[in-house]
Amino acid sequence: MNATTQTPRGRAQAESVLVLALLLALWWLASHQQWVSKVFLPTPEATLESLAQGLGSGGELSGFTLDTIVRMLLGWLLASAIGIALGALIGASNTARIWIAPTLEFLRPLPASAVMPLAISLFGLSSGMVLSVVAFGAMWPVLLATVHGLAAVHVRLREVATALQLSRTAFVFKIGLPNAMPDILSGMRLSMTVSLIVAVVGEMIASQSGLGQAILLAARSFRASELFAGIVLLGAIGFASNALLAVLERKVLKWQRP
Amino acid sequence: MGWPQLLRPWVFPAALLGLLEVAARWLVPGSDALAPPSQTAMAFGRALMAQGDDSVLQATTFTLTSAALGLMLGAALGLALGIVLGLSRRAAAMGFLSIEVLRPVPSVALIPLAMLVFGFGYRMEVSVVAFATFWPLLILTQAAVRQVEPQLLEVAHALGLSPWARTTQIVLPAMVPRLFIALRLGVSIALVVAVTVEIAANPSGMGYAMMIAQQSLEPDLMLAWLFWIGVVGYGINLATLRLQRAVAQRMGEVNLEAKP
Repeated sequence: MNATTQTPRGRAQAESVLVLALLLALWWLASHQQWVSKVFLPTPEATLESLAQGLGSGGELSGFTLDTIVRMLLGWLLASAIGIALGALIGASNTARIWIAPTLEFLRPLPASAVMPLAISLFGLSSGMVLSVVAFGAMWPVLLATVHGLAAVHVRLREVATALQLSRTAFVFKIGLPNAMPDILSGMRLSMTVSLIVAVVGEMIASQSGLGQAILLAARSFRASELFAGIVLLGAIGFASNALLAVLERKVLKWQRP
Repeated sequence: MGWPQLLRPWVFPAALLGLLEVAARWLVPGSDALAPPSQTAMAFGRALMAQGDDSVLQATTFTLTSAALGLMLGAALGLALGIVLGLSRRAAAMGFLSIEVLRPVPSVALIPLAMLVFGFGYRMEVSVVAFATFWPLLILTQAAVRQVEPQLLEVAHALGLSPWARTTQIVLPAMVPRLFIALRLGVSIALVVAVTVEIAANPSGMGYAMMIAQQSLEPDLMLAWLFWIGVVGYGINLATLRLQRAVAQRMGEVNLEAKP
């Protein structure tokens, strides 16, 4: 973190910033020289202006951003809660795992968005529909991680549980889930990414207010700078949520490291 | 393994389907939203027989072709850049910030942009799939190159190989097993993204066929498509898993599970 660029670390950081600046300069040049049509590629300044306008007072983008974040977080929390609960139920019993696991393996590669038409015909084009698909799609990483984490409890720990005559519930809460924590957390990180993707798709299809709908409308009316502003905001949401979760993961798993 | 063991995986789904059959027949008969599995199976049979644009074969081919082309493009670019960043620590440090800034952009956010640039059809779907598969392949390739035995690289150095020869003769063969793990992840991402693009925008392929079935209030056909998408996804995932294991056996075991 030294400000002097003499240290190797400082130099690497400076170079890293320089590469990003070069990419931005390339964008600037490409849009100003009209290498790519202005219809597709707005100038960086225009994108920045659209961002400032949309996020400033009277702009709509801040509201849309908030809508998308709320949808993503709600769906993610639901998915995590349901995923851990179902995963613990299935993972705690060997019998349940043997009978149900093959079905889960079949459902796992199913694209979350493929459930959307079914959800539309069940719930209509509502925000509840989008939320349910987000929760359903984002549930799988957490569920499978929980099942896997519970199954992978070390034999020694199982013996300890038997020796202490722990009930099955006590085993799950005292040994199983803490043991599965690293798996569950990395599952939750993956499911956050899925949540954002499905939330955006849902907003596009069901015309629910949010960034997904905003960028689709901007593209349809050829307002490229607003489209880019929306993409930038979505990237920022993805970046921020990922970074926050990484910090959270480190804090929660502190006890695991010596 | 006796037949009870072989039948075991089918009991739970069969029970689920039976429950759905009963619920759809007696609780919500003639519903626009749900259809009993027996009707779904019949609708699937009809769709299989159908000719022309909405036939199962055509839609499946479209989706799989777009997914495969997109994956090839994304994987080729990700592989090339990943090898460079993996071989040179300095290049990796230089690219770090740009990658961290661009990577979190959700792939679906590019659907409207791809629509604007390419219109509907193969090209837009391929471009979105390529963007989605590029990042994981870049990251995993970079990690795979880092894990190549340092001694092998020393050998390359001692032999005085050029950077190109070093890459093609030492690094690439050494990382093949890990590469197949990355490719397996890429295949599943490509398929999911292709179907998502069709559901959200592109009027072709399996995802669109499913949307149309829903909009024309044919729940049996819609569920048939959902089932078929599941079968195709499962089959392809199984095939790539087999391929990856076969490669790992031939080229040396890799002691790690694919971590997305």
